[in-house]
Amino acid sequence: MWVDIILSLRQELIVAVIIFLLLFIKIGAAAYRTEAMLHFINLLLLANLLLGFFQGGDATLFSGMFHTNRLIVLEKSMLNLATLIVSLQAYSWLKGHRQVLEFYMLLLSTLLGFFFMISSGNLLIFYLGLELSTIPLAALSSFDLEKRRSSEAAMKFILSSAFSSALLLFGISLLYGATGTLGFDTLAGRLDGSAFQLFAFIFILSGFAFKISAVPFHLWTADVYEGSPVTVTAYLSVVSKGAVFFIFILALYTVFKPLAGNWYKIVVLLSVLTMVTGNLFALRQDGLKRLLAFSSIAQSGFILAGITGSSRGGEASVIYFILVYIFSNLGAFGVVSFISAQTGRESVNDYRGLYATNPLLSWVMAISLFSLAGIPPTAGFFGKFFLLMAGAGKGNFVFIGIAALNMVISLYYYLRVIKAIFMDSQPEPIGKLKIPLLPKIAFLVCVAGIVMTGLVGGIYDYIYSLSKGF
Amino acid sequence: MSPIPLSHILVVSAALFFIGMYGLLTRRNMITMLMAVELILNSVNINFVAFNKYLYPDKLEGVFFTLFIIAIAAAEAAVAIAIIINLYRNFHSIDVEDADEMKF
Repeated sequence: MWVDIILSLRQELIVAVIIFLLLFIKIGAAAYRTEAMLHFINLLLLANLLLGFFQGGDATLFSGMFHTNRLIVLEKSMLNLATLIVSLQAYSWLKGHRQVLEFYMLLLSTLLGFFFMISSGNLLIFYLGLELSTIPLAALSSFDLEKRRSSEAAMKFILSSAFSSALLLFGISLLYGATGTLGFDTLAGRLDGSAFQLFAFIFILSGFAFKISAVPFHLWTADVYEGSPVTVTAYLSVVSKGAVFFIFILALYTVFKPLAGNWYKIVVLLSVLTMVTGNLFALRQDGLKRLLAFSSIAQSGFILAGITGSSRGGEASVIYFILVYIFSNLGAFGVVSFISAQTGRESVNDYRGLYATNPLLSWVMAISLFSLAGIPPTAGFFGKFFLLMAGAGKGNFVFIGIAALNMVISLYYYLRVIKAIFMDSQPEPIGKLKIPLLPKIAFLVCVAGIVMTGLVGGIYDYIYSLSKGF
Repeated sequence: MSPIPLSHILVVSAALFFIGMYGLLTRRNMITMLMAVELILNSVNINFVAFNKYLYPDKLEGVFFTLFIIAIAAAEAAVAIAIIINLYRNFHSIDVEDADEMKF
């Protein structure tokens, strides 16, 4: 009995144990060497990834509050992997920072929140997981305490996320009034599409749209991404967004399945707006962080296009794309983070002539951007292909045509960065940078991931075999 | 004496929700904006308790949800105020119009 519970909760328990371990080290240790501590924490995170990887069975705990299956274990392992990569890339930034332990405590608290959110079988646990992840994330985005932009970003993040949680909660309270239950399994049976339930659903959908930064709820994204430390931005754009997409697709495909005719139109509209606005605003950006922020808004639009498929292929393609997105976005953000920590330069023009001095960083950046743009040999192409294929299953070809056109528009700003790196030159290029071991491992993992997830066909088949479908 | 009907309570909570929304959108002081969000959360609490008592009195799901919302709202306010204090040290103001380093 107890063994079953511990095995089903193992990924959450390991993260919680690491948090408490770091807390006790913080209280007990008088002085420690930052670099040794960073290596130790990265080893812990690696152990966390490996221990969580082995597959357990399906389980439902705490009278339906918490449930897990092989797909959810895979999703959590993906988040573990992304956190490990982010942590490896943060090495050069954290090396000069005093509050390393606090950073990891907050980071892992958010991860724990995401785990509970993904496994939730009840709106209460879902809300608790969401808040356990959101509140530490706001503190993280203010982690460069003396920087004005960092504190401004944190203020914008906490106010808009508090507002979006309030909207979500108002929707949940109305849904509770309409159905009398909070459990996901009983909720689906009691939805009949009455006006009151649709009203509640719109509030819940707005709350979700805030978290995945879908247009018109995206206004906080660019500022928060630009102001936060680059490591936190990478974490926000990959782990936070991926986790919310996992639970969003679960909610739409199982809980709100009776309202599918209604949410299909809304999600199509959100998807088109998100793609177009994200791409058009990305065109005019000069700062790389802001460019990547708008590009990540546009990527959300493509993921929404996959969700509209309402099929088993739709679910599998979204999860597969998020795996690809973890590698490609973290590759790009890793380079920006490393160069920003070493030289403080973050605009596209600063990257002119980078290839002459730093070939490795240039190639990592180029491969990641090609994958984000969806150029064929990289995994990004297959990810977007599956998303659009799933979306096309509904026969709405005008919508899929708009999505394909947007992929062409997005090439412009991705290739602009690549042109700056490989073709342009400037009088003061970024000097030759020595890459420490840990960030180098992270870059190699990202590049290997981008190449391998595309070429190894078994990965998509495996995800497809696990997904439940519509 | 007849009991208060459910619709009266829902009108109060809806009014509280929109007052909070209005406050959030019009006020420029960060602490006031935070208070506006708390108003919205309180309207949610009223909703939950009223629905629980009037429609589904056999289970206590709504009341429990309210307890959790109160606790989390306190945590959220603590972090938000810490962030605002830090922002005040950097900007010497808690007016959102002054924190405008990043635009477009």
